[in-house]
Amino acid sequence: MVDIPEHLLLRSAEARAKALGISVEQALAEMKGESNPTVVAEEPEVVEIAIPEPVEAEAPAPVETPAAEETPAPAKEEAPAPAKAETPAPAKEEAPAPAKAETPAPAKAPAEAKTDTPEEVDFAPEVKVTQRLLTVVKAKPIQKASGEPVDKVNTWPHLMLPEFISLMAMMAFLILLSAILNAPLLEEANPNITPNPAKAPWYFLGLQEALSYWDPQIAGVMIPLVIGLIGFAAIPYIDRNPENHPSKRKYAIMMFTFFLAGAGTLTIIGVLFRGPGWNWTYPWIDGIWFDDLLDWIYFE
Amino acid sequence: MAKLTLRERFKQGAAGSGDSLRGSKFASSIFRPGSPFRKGYSDSPRNRSYVVMNNVLYHLHPVKVKRHGVRLSYTLCLGGMSFFLFIVLTITGIWLMFYFRPTEMAYADIQALQTSVAFGSLVRNMHRWGAHLMVLVVFLHMSRVFYHGAYKAPREFNWVIGVILLFLTLFLSFTGYLLPWDQLAIWAVTVGGNMASYTPVFGAQIKFGLFAGLEATTATLLRFYVLHVLFFPFIIVIFMAIHFWRVRKDGGISGPL
Ligand code: HEM
Repeated sequence: MVDIPEHLLLRSAEARAKALGISVEQALAEMKGESNPTVVAEEPEVVEIAIPEPVEAEAPAPVETPAAEETPAPAKEEAPAPAKAETPAPAKEEAPAPAKAETPAPAKAPAEAKTDTPEEVDFAPEVKVTQRLLTVVKAKPIQKASGEPVDKVNTWPHLMLPEFISLMAMMAFLILLSAILNAPLLEEANPNITPNPAKAPWYFLGLQEALSYWDPQIAGVMIPLVIGLIGFAAIPYIDRNPENHPSKRKYAIMMFTFFLAGAGTLTIIGVLFRGPGWNWTYPWIDGIWFDDLLDWIYFE
Repeated sequence: MAKLTLRERFKQGAAGSGDSLRGSKFASSIFRPGSPFRKGYSDSPRNRSYVVMNNVLYHLHPVKVKRHGVRLSYTLCLGGMSFFLFIVLTITGIWLMFYFRPTEMAYADIQALQTSVAFGSLVRNMHRWGAHLMVLVVFLHMSRVFYHGAYKAPREFNWVIGVILLFLTLFLSFTGYLLPWDQLAIWAVTVGGNMASYTPVFGAQIKFGLFAGLEATTATLLRFYVLHVLFFPFIIVIFMAIHFWRVRKDGGISGPL
């Protein structure tokens, strides 16, 4: 037999103790086979009646259901089963339902001479429950789950609320920014007038800066294509180290940080420190040579 | 009715006012069971599942997610933010299309938009700064994914999809750059096109195909316009769909570290 988990055993022992009127320790011992099972009545299924004779109309009637009112038979709340089991009650007598029941109807027993509501639905008012734990069948899934259970929460609201708030915050930021900062619009396009310097959009300026150092064939192709597309896409296939804690992948982190620092530096140089002829300038001396920022400067 | 705290209100869903409207057949034909907008919504574990499961949302989110994955400090919502920005850009972009012709009139249209269309400047500004922001946020998202080692098995391929998304974002931004048809636009794009022309072997062809000629003209403008409002958005939506689907299929958010 499968090992029964302790808490299940205890629970059924409690139930058994209650049903038989024995102590929990005793029940537990019985279930573990350490002592002989308590023998209950010969007929554990018999419904024991625990009410006074219906003739004694004076008996208190605590429950007043519509049906009970017509019946002279008073209903009485019953005491726990084991205690009453000993009291010899009139045989075949039917007990009205326990306190809360709407239908003080007879149980299976045939005797209903004294009740006025024989057609009512019946149920056993008091059954001496004797349950025994025979075995515990471990639930086996049809499919075998491979992963360990993880701590999960409902998407709504635990994920969607933060998402919504982030969206609102971002919108607020964007609207505010757009209200105070105008998008640049210079003179109409004129292919005959080349601005000096001519700069790409900021995210390409690191590249443009790199282009100015190396042979364009190398810089213009090797950097965006090889490093950018192929190199970046290949990162998961190059870095086969399965760890993802930073302390165990120092090399990868170092490389990426170098890349970020390099790209960032080149971009900042391209945006702020390059003037006419792509010569070095200082923005605080010669001004900013990046048109996208012009309106910003005019603000002051 | 007594005053309710926010939390109690939430527990009742949107319950309260408008019950007769929300209980109507019309309303219940719109909001499926479990929707907080339906009459009689209450906060229960079952309804929390239904909110997602009985909804179009199920295409984006699973019913349950890892507890650590909803912590803002892990993803910083950067991927979500990229997506939101894309949506905002789509909406403002469609609005801008009402006032813009990719022809010799382009520059005049932008000027007219800024001076004589209600909220014209604001929407144009939002579209432009939003585009810059999206490039930045996508880049930051990529960095956060890298630092978490979130590209490792089984998420290798989603990183590849991500790199494609990064490039598509850059192309979207770059093609949009030309559209105002001012000196900034035409020369920035010329510089970018020249970089592409350094490609060995096919360099000249690439630039010719991109510019619809040897240099930036109104033919280039039309070409960039179509790429910007139709082609790249179409492609990026497809890749985003794959990207989000893979996030789920790869077991949700990576980690915890
Ligand atoms: C348009 C651009 C993009 C959008 C809208 C987007 C959206 C998202 C979203 C919503 C998530 C869920 C987790 C989170 O918010 O961090 C995610 C995860 C992820 N993204 Fe992106 N992303 C984009 C670009 C990229 C790029 C450029 C890369 C990398 C090169 C990338 C790689 C990944 C990976 C590997 C995950 C899984 C992360 C994890 O499990 O922790 N994505 N993306």
